[in-house]
Amino acid sequence: MALTNDHTVKAFDEDLNRLRGLISEMGGRAEQALLQAMTALKQGDFDLAAQVVRDDKKIDALESEVEQLAVQTIALRAPMADDLREMIAALKIVSVVERIGDYAKNIAKRVALMDQTRSIEAIPLLMSMSSIVAELIHDALDSFAARDAELAVRVTVRDKNVDDFYNSIFRTLVTFMMENPKYISESAHLLFVAKNLERMGDHATNIAEMVYYVVTGEHMEERERGEQPEDGAAEQEQG
Amino acid sequence: MTQDDLIIADPKMRAQGVNVFYGDKQAINDVSIDVGTDLVTAFIGPSGCGKSTFLRSLNRMNDTVASAKVTGRIELDGEDIYAPSMDVVQLRARVGMVFQKPNPFPKSIYDNVGYGPRIHGLAPSKADLDVIVERALVRAGLWDEVKDRLLESGTALSGGQQQRLCIARAIAVDPEVILMDEPCSALDPIATAKIEELIHELRGKYAIVIVTHNMQQAARVSQRTAFFHLGTLVEYGKTTDIFTNPKQERTKDYITGRYG
Repeated sequence: MALTNDHTVKAFDEDLNRLRGLISEMGGRAEQALLQAMTALKQGDFDLAAQVVRDDKKIDALESEVEQLAVQTIALRAPMADDLREMIAALKIVSVVERIGDYAKNIAKRVALMDQTRSIEAIPLLMSMSSIVAELIHDALDSFAARDAELAVRVTVRDKNVDDFYNSIFRTLVTFMMENPKYISESAHLLFVAKNLERMGDHATNIAEMVYYVVTGEHMEERERGEQPEDGAAEQEQG
Repeated sequence: MTQDDLIIADPKMRAQGVNVFYGDKQAINDVSIDVGTDLVTAFIGPSGCGKSTFLRSLNRMNDTVASAKVTGRIELDGEDIYAPSMDVVQLRARVGMVFQKPNPFPKSIYDNVGYGPRIHGLAPSKADLDVIVERALVRAGLWDEVKDRLLESGTALSGGQQQRLCIARAIAVDPEVILMDEPCSALDPIATAKIEELIHELRGKYAIVIVTHNMQQAARVSQRTAFFHLGTLVEYGKTTDIFTNPKQERTKDYITGRYG
């Protein structure tokens, strides 16, 4: 479906464009927060970590701005069909992006809690995992901006890579803790980081599923999901 | 959703391959649609798309236009309404109509409602007529407002009350189908809401077809929606599907306000 900005009432198009712009900005900020949090983790950069925590307020503010605009547009313009689906998706997507921002903030907060003198070999794995997650978030929001259902489907398929990474990191860290009990505290923190990244991937998938609904009007069919993460907790942690 | 979901098992009215011409100009092109008693059907579409013309062909109101010609088949309970044997007066009693502007007779409220049953011989005695008038006014949601002034002129009522009076007049002759041609376009939102509530109440008792320019109204009152454009039936479906996920590009452009 092409991007259509041709409503008879031009002010409606302006509202829609503003809404799309705000969501893009919000997605960009969440992606950046993730990348900065991971950089701060890798380099032990407390200042950068603190900045991620501060910047999360801007993501929250954008969420309320989108909510307000979407509610206002529904009330004043009575959108129908794909316009209506877009409003509903916009409301859901921003709450998901806000969650992604929270996970990035959570990672950033751990930087100060960790003993930076000890290096743990799982960190490079986490860096690779985070760059895949950042790509998924990026592509999910791109698929929304471009109304690209195929890209959205690819995002949901690629989320399996994130789950694979999580399973691998989980095993690595558990082994590490068994072999080096003095690293348990650090390893536990990194396990939470991995879990946060895994959840972010799931949220990118949620966005992609909503984009698919906006574009096609149908719900994405239950696709082949990969194995559940090995701690078996992924489903209970929904929300 | 499959087409099977859209089949109306026992249609009250059935139109097949209907064309309507005004002189040389074709206003309706090969329209087929079923109307049932349990589902309110809304006709939507831009001005001049033929929806009112098609509605008016369902009780032969187009007969009053000299140049109008209808081809194809329209059935009421399986009976061809354009057959020579069809009594048009009787047909219009069975297929009643409510118009855009309330048009009460310049008579009392009582006579407005009682006139039809009387001339159709539905009320042998004054007591019978009283019962019919009261029942029609109750069904039209007007009784409580007018029961103490039944002998006042129908034209003295407010616009919304007049329209409900016209609906009471239509249902007084116990029709099977009620056609409504933009029944709320001259009414304020409260009077509109009362008519919509009335449509909801009447559903199941009569087959109801409503033409409306107000898409929110179509969405609120109907279970089936038919989108007309340039004399053709572009899309027919469940109202929820038409307004959330229309299949045809032209339908989508119209309901989302992109229609040129």
